[in-house]
Amino acid sequence: MTPFGRTFFLNIAKIVTYALLTVTCLVTLTPFFWMICAAFKTKEDFFACTFLPHGDGLFGIAWSQLTFENFVRIFTELDFSNSILNSFFLASTTAVLSTITAAMGGYALAKFNFKGKDFITSLVFAAIIIPTPLLIAPSYQLLYQIDLLDTYWGLLLPAVAPAFGVFLFRQAMLNSVSTNLLESARMDGCGEIQTFFTIVLPLVRPMIGAYLLIVFLGTWNNFISPQIVLQDADKFPLSVAMSGLQTTYRSEYGMISAGTFISIAPVVFLFMLLQKEFITGLTSGAVKN
Amino acid sequence: MNKKGTTAPWAPFFFLAPFLVTFAVFTVYPLVLSVWLTAHQTFGPGYGRYVGFGNFLNMLADANFWIALRNTTIFALTTTAIEMPLALLLAILMNQQWLRGKIYFRLLIFSPALVGSVFVGIMSAIVFQKRTGMLNQVLHYLFNFNPDFPWLSTYLMPAMIVASIWMWTGFNMIYFLAALQNVDNDLLDAASMDGANTWQRFWHITLPSIRPVAGYVTLISLISGFQVFELPYLMLSRAGAGPENRGLTVVMYLYKSGFNIGDLGYASAIGWALALILIMLSIVYRRTLRDEQQ
Repeated sequence: MTPFGRTFFLNIAKIVTYALLTVTCLVTLTPFFWMICAAFKTKEDFFACTFLPHGDGLFGIAWSQLTFENFVRIFTELDFSNSILNSFFLASTTAVLSTITAAMGGYALAKFNFKGKDFITSLVFAAIIIPTPLLIAPSYQLLYQIDLLDTYWGLLLPAVAPAFGVFLFRQAMLNSVSTNLLESARMDGCGEIQTFFTIVLPLVRPMIGAYLLIVFLGTWNNFISPQIVLQDADKFPLSVAMSGLQTTYRSEYGMISAGTFISIAPVVFLFMLLQKEFITGLTSGAVKN
Repeated sequence: MNKKGTTAPWAPFFFLAPFLVTFAVFTVYPLVLSVWLTAHQTFGPGYGRYVGFGNFLNMLADANFWIALRNTTIFALTTTAIEMPLALLLAILMNQQWLRGKIYFRLLIFSPALVGSVFVGIMSAIVFQKRTGMLNQVLHYLFNFNPDFPWLSTYLMPAMIVASIWMWTGFNMIYFLAALQNVDNDLLDAASMDGANTWQRFWHITLPSIRPVAGYVTLISLISGFQVFELPYLMLSRAGAGPENRGLTVVMYLYKSGFNIGDLGYASAIGWALALILIMLSIVYRRTLRDEQQ
């Protein structure tokens, strides 16, 4: 036997794997860490040191030089708390409305036989590949025609017709809602709407969780629609407000960092809570087909 | 009152109604409108002048359009070509049975994809600054890299590509990982019984069985690459499109034409040009998928 047996090579492979993954994590996290540091630094310290200011404190860092000044300034000089509320309102309302319409539509296409079903199903499939940029200019014209520019309705209503969501829920209903169960519910005299809410929806609960989160994140991070539709700064969500902050406070790196930190913290937190559902929902469409 | 046990005839239409109505108004009608718009020059919404094929002819003669298309193509192809192998490699590393802390690695590596392109763009505008930005400082510390390397002017495209790789590799990795977990273990076991080594098993079993997902992820990556807008737009802090339009992308040009200049007609023409490219990509993808299945 050579001294370099199978275990030896497996151990090398393990060390290399852990090393590569750790380096990847470091590369991924460093910009976040740097930005959080910048949010808590004074302007002088931002230029003086890469991460945290050196000093006599714990770990050789001058903790006492850190400041909340940047956070105070974005909340006092700008209406930042208003933007946070706007983002929460838009993202959660869109998520709920879109989930309801998508689940209802997906249910109809998966579990009913009716005239025009094949046509609507292929319409949904075709609609998935319509590129969003194509709709930017005509949607603006449409919102102008129906007088919904600079209103939340102009953002909410277009987001309520998600072909992709109908497609996802159709797949989920086909997989996890049994037709026998629906038939016996109807035998028992359960009405259509009651059946949908008390029997069908609980069966696709994982999909509902994943879809709510996907739409919430998508709306929270959406920039182009609110940027085009909204004009009144009081209505701006964080994405548009931050882009404005970036232009007006060009060299206030601390303030920009603090604002970005606040803008991304809620979504990261939400994702950590619902990581499993999110990834299942995200990959379900791709892997099964 | 309908007969017990049968479906009510109105039910499917009732459930589809909210989707169909909003879909008709906010997707089908804008599509029709965009065709109408391509034949008009507008000065903001509501004031149009018929120009026939003028918008398309102008577009073909417009140097900025071609610059935008070239930049976008380079961006989409380069990011996809780099992200795909990198994501597959990470997924293979993550798929080892003995690996511990898998969910933490996954969460950390995936995290940039949660942050929208807007916020990545805003972060990048600071991170890529010369001298004060993180990237040059860290690279200077580690490799004595030039601290004044001009990412945000001369090397705008490489900076956009670096930011995109940072953002999307973990996202793509999730798909590859899900595909790897679906590979038939019995088949792999049988192959090692027959004396196939790791490399042979990977090449003949794993790779063919993840191909459909790899194709799908590549398509998605190309499609989203061709639609890139927020990242360069915010990286440049609205400072136009960078020197010599180096950061100008197709959607950015569409946005500028439609909303800075106010010509929704020209913007629609650009939109259709982009749609044509994306639809062609999808057709090529479907053809390859079908040919493979036969």
